[in-house]
Amino acid sequence: MRSIQRTLGRELMRDIALVCLADGIVGISYGAIAVSAGFEVWVPMLLSVVVFAGASQFLFIGLVASGGNPIAAVVAGLLVNARHIPFGFAVGDVLGKSWVRRLVGSHLMLDETVAFALAQEDRRRRRAAYWACGLSLFVVWNVSVVIGAFAGTAITDTDVFGLDAAFPAVLLALVLPSLKDRGVRTAALTGAVLAVAAAPFLPAGVPVLLALLGVPLVLLVRTEAEAGKSEVAA
Amino acid sequence: MSPLTLVVCAVVLGAGTFAFRFAGPALRAKVELNARAEKLMATAAVVLLAALVATSALIEGAEFAGYARPAGVLVGGVLAWRKAPFVVVVLAAAATAAGLRLLGVP
Repeated sequence: MRSIQRTLGRELMRDIALVCLADGIVGISYGAIAVSAGFEVWVPMLLSVVVFAGASQFLFIGLVASGGNPIAAVVAGLLVNARHIPFGFAVGDVLGKSWVRRLVGSHLMLDETVAFALAQEDRRRRRAAYWACGLSLFVVWNVSVVIGAFAGTAITDTDVFGLDAAFPAVLLALVLPSLKDRGVRTAALTGAVLAVAAAPFLPAGVPVLLALLGVPLVLLVRTEAEAGKSEVAA
Repeated sequence: MSPLTLVVCAVVLGAGTFAFRFAGPALRAKVELNARAEKLMATAAVVLLAALVATSALIEGAEFAGYARPAGVLVGGVLAWRKAPFVVVVLAAAATAAGLRLLGVP
């Protein structure tokens, strides 16, 4: 842990702590919402340990509580989590080589950990940021869900604190440096527009996957840039 | 719903999610990726995260999330672009959304 601290530096540790705090409040509200919807305390807790992916947990609880078919709720949760497949290809190298690290590291794969890792420049920092963020979030998320579940309806509306704006802002701040590359920017903007346009018509999780259609654009733009460069060179 | 059904659902959702998470690292270890493919994978992750930013800022369920949330995200984004510290970005985004709601903006 001390070597992680040294690699990350105080500033990045503080950033991770801030994300933990925000997610902790969301976790409390998730636990409280689940219990007030009629679930026993162990249900939100079990989901937090074995699924450990906030959006799909909210969706599952919401669908089942409103009388939805449990199979449909599982399928919906899986659709929302399908984005972890491409995430794994992008950050798979930061997990480490041993089986234990690959198994544990995979379970810690979240939007936040992936975004923190991608925002670091060198490999050592990428790895340290991924693990520090993942391990702290796992502890904070599960503890806060227990607190929320027992405290009941203490905080059910995180919108009052603007926390619903904090999550996209965190991801945006972490993703911004990657958008300096023109090809990546074009792909990301196209993908984002596709996802938002599709959101009213498709089930949760699918619009974000649809954004991947923007990825081939990076090749077009890059080829153009490379062509331009070789012309200059010639 | 019976406790057993709930446990089975939680375990299936957890196992499926883990399989998605594990697929990338497991397959990566088997195939050596060239630099171009590696760059493309990183791009795919950035595209997904950007789409997540856009949808979670603008959409709630299948509808427009209201003005307060995207306004907060926008303020955070501009601050991040102007190289403000991360803490300021996150707190400003939350404070903007919360403040607008206090003023009655949906």
